[in-house]
Amino acid sequence: MTSTRNVALTVGLLCVSLAGWEGVVRLLAVPAYIVPPPSRVAVALWRGFASGLYPRHLLYTLTETVLGFLLGAALGFSLGVAVASSRYIEYFVYPYIVMFQSLPKVALAPLIVIWFGLGLASKVVNAALVAFFPLMVNTMVGLRSADEDRVSLMRALAASESQIFWMLRLPGALPFVMAGLDVAVILALIGAIVGEFVGAQHGLGMLIQGMNFTMDVSGQFSVLLILSVLGLALNKGIAVLRRRVLFWDPSVKSRSDTP
Amino acid sequence: MTLADDPARRRPATGSSAKVRLRGLSKAFSVKGRRVEALAGIDLDIQAGEFLCVVGPSGCGKTTLLRMLAGLEQQTSGSIEVARDGSSARPLNSMVFQEQSIFPWLSVRDNVAFGLKAQGLGRRERYGIVEPFIRKVGLTGFEDALPHQLSGGMKQRVSIARAFATDPEMLLMDEPFGALDAMTRELMNLELQRIWLERQKTVLFITHSIPEAVFLADRVLVMTTRPGAIMDDVAVRLPRPRALDAMSTSEFGGCVARIRARFNAQGGVDA
Repeated sequence: MTSTRNVALTVGLLCVSLAGWEGVVRLLAVPAYIVPPPSRVAVALWRGFASGLYPRHLLYTLTETVLGFLLGAALGFSLGVAVASSRYIEYFVYPYIVMFQSLPKVALAPLIVIWFGLGLASKVVNAALVAFFPLMVNTMVGLRSADEDRVSLMRALAASESQIFWMLRLPGALPFVMAGLDVAVILALIGAIVGEFVGAQHGLGMLIQGMNFTMDVSGQFSVLLILSVLGLALNKGIAVLRRRVLFWDPSVKSRSDTP
Repeated sequence: MTLADDPARRRPATGSSAKVRLRGLSKAFSVKGRRVEALAGIDLDIQAGEFLCVVGPSGCGKTTLLRMLAGLEQQTSGSIEVARDGSSARPLNSMVFQEQSIFPWLSVRDNVAFGLKAQGLGRRERYGIVEPFIRKVGLTGFEDALPHQLSGGMKQRVSIARAFATDPEMLLMDEPFGALDAMTRELMNLELQRIWLERQKTVLFITHSIPEAVFLADRVLVMTTRPGAIMDDVAVRLPRPRALDAMSTSEFGGCVARIRARFNAQGGVDA
């Protein structure tokens, strides 16, 4: 079958690239504090997990990211609804939101650590601030994209504005909202890590910084690997949610197809 | 404001059995500061239970006329009087548009029941009412299907079932079959006629196709463009139910020829 062949190809390709990396590093005698061979990264990974160090920090970063994502999503969604449903809010408030968005929000992280401390709260706030914007814009666009014929149909049926919102605009906006969540979850992870870089006592970001000071490059590689797997997993989580929510959207089905 | 709340529209028609009386109805839009007259002084009586088709070139204000009847637009001047049936619980009108106005996230059953839900009926009651309409449009067995699993013709059947299910006094149809292929279109015309004969609703049906208009209508209005006005009013005297071979009768041919001549007289065929 094609699917088993694809899996075999993927695994084969991965093995070949890892072997190539290992070979090049050993052949050219690259020092492990510049680029470690994959075998040493694997050892660092195994030790980190065996000692319980990585799981503890992973859980911490995951908590920050998920809470930040939820807060940012709630913020982005409500602002999107507010801006889309009121011309006044759009006119008077939206420019400030755009201004705030234009600022590199990573630069706010030191301030946020001062305001919210070295603990969980500052990372959650940072993640939320980085994540909310794409969801807000997508919610706005989605709510406004309701088909005019369908709106007319509901008006002709004497439906109230709130019925039009709940029965038409909101479900119609869901494909846009889901696309926004897709982006937001990864941005939340970035926000959490940046927050940890600035000042933290736990988390994978803090771990990377500590390893950087001690030139433990294999360790850093192993944490980066965990982070990318974490990002992938979060993305998959949203994809599962998307398939559940958008069961009616034919584009959802085609996206999960293999090449 | 909804139609039902407007006392002017609830006034009973005097003297005749007209369901709808339009007097001096006109509508002007402002486009980039310029005044564009979409409709100029339409006088029209629509009888209760009549199937009225409107044909005319693009931009002749057909859709504007329909939207005003639906209460979606306010006229610039003139009057619309609608004689309401006794029970005001029924909605005045229901609309059917060209393609894709059904809801992709709802099953066929929930789409047909949509208008009833908007009226606040409970689930059990809705499904009970909807069932015979789904059967009438030939979608039995597809109740739980989602729109993306249906063909274009089936989607339009859902729209039609939805429009009939709320039991409106009037049906407003804006080129409902415009996006369908010719074969499906003829089939849908037959089905629409059949359901209409069972329920005898007042129908205003906009189309670009002269044969479609003549086949369906008791009366065809031919409109001119800019400003939109009624140029001709053609009664179609074909017995019902009409089968597709009604199209080869001389009455049918005569009506089509007369309407087409009207079109050509104003310098363009748009059908």
